[in-house]
Amino acid sequence: MATKASKTAARLMISPAVILLLMWMIVPLAMTVYFSLLRYNLLMPGMESWAGFENYQYFFSDPAFTSALVNTLLLVGGVLFVSVVGGVLIALLLDQDFWGQGIVRLLVLAPFFVMPTVSALVWKNMFMNPVNGIFAWLFKSVGLQPFDFLTAAPLMSIIGIVSWQWLPFASLILLTAMQSLDSEQLEAAEMDGAPPLKRFWFIILPHLSRAITVVILIETIFLLSVFAEILVTTNGGPGTATTNLTFLVYVQSLLQFDVGLGSAGGVVAIILANIVAIFLMRMIGKNLDA
Amino acid sequence: MARAITPRRKAITTVIAWTIGLLIFFPIFWTVLTSFKTEAEAVATPPRFLMFDWTLENYATVQERSNYFRHFWNSVVISLGSTVIGLIIAIPAAWAMAFVPGKRTKDVLMWMLSTKMLPPVGVLVPLYLLFRDTGLLDTRTGLVIVLTLINLPIIIWMLYTYFREIPGEILEAARMDGATLRSEILYVLTPMAVPGIASTLLLNVILAWNEAFWTLNLTAANAAPLTAFIASYSSPEGLFYAKLSAASTMAIAPILILGWFSQKQLVRGLTFGAVK
Amino acid sequence: MGRITLEGVAKRFGDVEVIPPLNLDIEDGEFVVFVGPSGCGKSTLLRLIAGLEDVSDGRILIDGSDATPLSPARRGLAMVFQSYALYPHMSVRKNIAFPMRMAGIDETEQKRRIDNAAKALNLTDYLDRRPGQLSGGQRQRVAIGRAIVREPSAFLFDEPLSNLDAALRVGMRLEISELHNRLKTTMIYVTHDQVEAMTMADKIVVLHAGRIEQVGSPLELYRNPRNVFVAGFIGSPRMNLFTGAAAAEYGAETIGVRPEHIGVSAENGKWKGRIGVSEHLGSDTFFYVEDTGLAEAVTVRADGEVALRHGDTVWLTPAEDKIHRFDANGDRI
Repeated sequence: MATKASKTAARLMISPAVILLLMWMIVPLAMTVYFSLLRYNLLMPGMESWAGFENYQYFFSDPAFTSALVNTLLLVGGVLFVSVVGGVLIALLLDQDFWGQGIVRLLVLAPFFVMPTVSALVWKNMFMNPVNGIFAWLFKSVGLQPFDFLTAAPLMSIIGIVSWQWLPFASLILLTAMQSLDSEQLEAAEMDGAPPLKRFWFIILPHLSRAITVVILIETIFLLSVFAEILVTTNGGPGTATTNLTFLVYVQSLLQFDVGLGSAGGVVAIILANIVAIFLMRMIGKNLDA
Repeated sequence: MARAITPRRKAITTVIAWTIGLLIFFPIFWTVLTSFKTEAEAVATPPRFLMFDWTLENYATVQERSNYFRHFWNSVVISLGSTVIGLIIAIPAAWAMAFVPGKRTKDVLMWMLSTKMLPPVGVLVPLYLLFRDTGLLDTRTGLVIVLTLINLPIIIWMLYTYFREIPGEILEAARMDGATLRSEILYVLTPMAVPGIASTLLLNVILAWNEAFWTLNLTAANAAPLTAFIASYSSPEGLFYAKLSAASTMAIAPILILGWFSQKQLVRGLTFGAVK
Repeated sequence: MGRITLEGVAKRFGDVEVIPPLNLDIEDGEFVVFVGPSGCGKSTLLRLIAGLEDVSDGRILIDGSDATPLSPARRGLAMVFQSYALYPHMSVRKNIAFPMRMAGIDETEQKRRIDNAAKALNLTDYLDRRPGQLSGGQRQRVAIGRAIVREPSAFLFDEPLSNLDAALRVGMRLEISELHNRLKTTMIYVTHDQVEAMTMADKIVVLHAGRIEQVGSPLELYRNPRNVFVAGFIGSPRMNLFTGAAAAEYGAETIGVRPEHIGVSAENGKWKGRIGVSEHLGSDTFFYVEDTGLAEAVTVRADGEVALRHGDTVWLTPAEDKIHRFDANGDRI
């Protein structure tokens, strides 16, 4: 639909972005793959040597890897569960007619804008702290022992904190999707004799399915890389109880200076993320045609 | 809606919705409240709600002891800088893809998005070493570069979805009316694209402001933005609730307000146009 | 002046040939309508003339000089788009002024032309509004105003009325015809609606699958359609087309009779049938006659006051001199 001159101009306009992203993708990626095949520790400069797949063997046989993998899956799965189920419920609620809709929407959305380090510290100190936290006070005031969240149930606590950050995102997107539902569809279903629960199950939920999929895929991308929340609350511990894949690679490469091992972990993380990415890209790609 | 909702039902919904909204918002409210307490009141049991001596001294102390405004300024420079540079690169690209689509435009867009899927930890090691060797570690320039690159795909996508909504016929009309490429961009395209560009800017400033992987790993003292500065409060000696709250309030307030303004654009931006 | 000549103009998108090479002459001051079903290439052809698409082959001459390499702006043509393509951020005045601003015409002249156009198009009261505050018909007028002030050598209209409701469409049709009578500038008008083509055109170009099926005045096309496609496309309601024995009787593969050229009688005639649906419009009545053995239903136009009802048996008689005969290729015999 265009003329030749404009095609040439278009190519020129796209190329800076393409070249930058190409470099951004290829250079560090190639380096990661290369380092992952080396014996390379920053504490022993000049001692680099070819290691083949040794780093991968170490990485996979490290018990920390298994627990990091499990923790990653639990963290991602837990937050997804809370944010999608909670998000659907909140979206249903906010879609009703009530006083102060706009303000409540802003209140619900707010946590999404809180930077991860702030939310982690606020929850850790002012809510979950077994001595001074609000939860401790609540427990005591109903006659229970205060619960030391980050020691007794560290992963659950982090799932809670991260869910608080991502629930607003899911709610907002699902609410937007819900508002695009043609009300005549619901009225038709009502005329057809469907009670509210069935209307939800057969009309609203299928309508939301696409938005839910998008929420799941996008959150997964971000949740695989949860880092700051762990760093400032538990530092991966106790032991490796809250170490996810991202944090494990950070520990190995920047704390233990083992570049080779850290890179191998990085490659594994990339592969995992790509599996998710393929599904996400399909979803969005379909939307491009629409 | 054709049917009236009974006042009773509306009242019940209102109560439930407000309860849930306030519960979700409570941690933020509590942080702001605590920032005005003295340290003793901040840890008092039972917690003090409104009956305490309001004070601003925490804000003063935070600035005095840790040079808060340097970190604040770092955050501003890094988030705004990376967004503006990103826009400069992205606007022509998104414009071209939206108005002169070729056979491979879709593939290019999808590929750009795929770079966003790259987990940061996968390239942490080489980037850290590259930065160390080029002296970019702990510099604002370094962070601006990284954040520009990680947010570039989102910027391009957002702009693309906005530009695509500008009807192509209008640009053709301008061409028929004798507009050169320059005046087409200046008089027709830009005024129509400004709202989209503005919301892209807003969303990306928010994302960059809250970015907490690269900012934590690539900065130390000099270039640390607020994300990293707040993280320093996690060490035991920094454990002052009221001061932590004051620092946190200042760190989240500007972005919270920006975020509230951009909530509509947020959805399409973060879902790459898949949900509008 | 606005004489436009297409010489072997062709358009391919990749391997798909949308418009095979075609020739066409458009005289100065003519009102030419490109008509055809959707996807026939009529809009593409218009866009080739406008310069919004590159031709794959051939030349476009405007007033005798080759315009093929010229950009749209330099061809001296004005276009009215289907969506009107008004600039939403500019007032009506600025929209109309835009092409003059681009051409660097001085302010007083701009003002004079805007006032003239606004007066002619009844837009004077709306000059300071934004397009978003106008009705469909008003937007349409603004788009036309924007085209007029350029004083182009030809106007191009791309289905300009398809976004308007039926009543408004008739009104705008008249306005555009009047505009043509007044300006006497060449107009090329694309539509899929043969009524618009018949009522407005000096010359109709019937397109089908990128090919020109026939060029001629409305009445020429009506009287002497060159093939079955044109016969079926021009005229409303559609011409009845019969094949088989009824056609063989006239030595043709297909014969066509327009509804208005069939007589209907309750007593006697050539073909017997039964009335199905009938549409009483007051001035005319259209009967859809079934069970004739000729076609599913034969459309017949009769007087407004004919007293025939659903289920009545009727006899149909075609006017022998108005029967169109076509051969096996669909061409006129």
